[in-house]
Amino acid sequence: MRRQVLPEDALDATDRAILNALQDGFPLVPEPFEEAGRALGIPGEDLVSRLTHLRHIGAITRFGPFYDAAAMGGAFCLCALSAPEALFDGVAALVNAHPEVAHNYRRDHELNMWFVLATDRPEAIGETCERIEAETGLKVWQFPKLEEFFIGFRVPA
Amino acid sequence: MSMIDSIDRRVIAATQAGLPLTDRPYAQVAETLGLSEQEVIDRLAAMQERGIIRRIALAPNHYALGMVANGMSVWDVDDARASDFGRRIGALDFVTHCYLRPRAPVWRYNLFAMLHGTSRQEVEEKRAIIRKMLGDACTACDILYSTRILKKTGLRLQNG
Repeated sequence: MRRQVLPEDALDATDRAILNALQDGFPLVPEPFEEAGRALGIPGEDLVSRLTHLRHIGAITRFGPFYDAAAMGGAFCLCALSAPEALFDGVAALVNAHPEVAHNYRRDHELNMWFVLATDRPEAIGETCERIEAETGLKVWQFPKLEEFFIGFRVPA
Repeated sequence: MSMIDSIDRRVIAATQAGLPLTDRPYAQVAETLGLSEQEVIDRLAAMQERGIIRRIALAPNHYALGMVANGMSVWDVDDARASDFGRRIGALDFVTHCYLRPRAPVWRYNLFAMLHGTSRQEVEEKRAIIRKMLGDACTACDILYSTRILKKTGLRLQNG
């Protein structure tokens, strides 16, 4: 995962317009880049090459369908554990090795590792936590969402 | 997994890492699956309709775009008022996600709000706005900054 801030001049106005516009949606038609490009005033071909470049320089982390595990009959759960500092990297490797771990962040708190499990069956959340506990010897705390207050997910570019 | 059939599953498996950046991305996905382009489009549209696909979109890299300070602000809010405050906090334009979650023996906070900014100072200013909004409904709060991304892949199906 690239963790570097792009220089100011890495993106031009068109790149920024693309990053803003495509956070909202992408058409489901045979030539979607052509259609999305029309709204941005550029040919589909240019949109493809700009997106390829944006992905290459790390301005984009993902492009495509965002699936909701819960809507498919599966589940998501935010989990946390407290890894001893000296063992932190080893614990991270054990946790990350599980394909159910969708993302994982180190945070500065007593509970220093926070990860999200995404599974195709609700029971798999508890099972995965048990496996991680057995492998690491650490208690995994589960913080499933009870309610979501979601307005948008936009980052101004 | 009663909501999706085996063809949906194959479409999900072929697209969960992303769409190909080519003039006819759905045709390319269709080719790898032995389906028609229209069938892939129809399947994706149906899954979007049913909420299985939240959106087809681009995810920017916050960090690369200068949002280098990312904090998970957490709040211990009176249970009776937590949903109401959650809605109001979720509506703030600098909050990307807001959730109500259970407490744990080692964890007293029930409301979570993700804050992003170009500096920690900016995030702290945003956090102060929420603190003020919650008033006496909030008995404790904290913020956990992410100091390292250890993994970020999104959803992966096991038997796609």
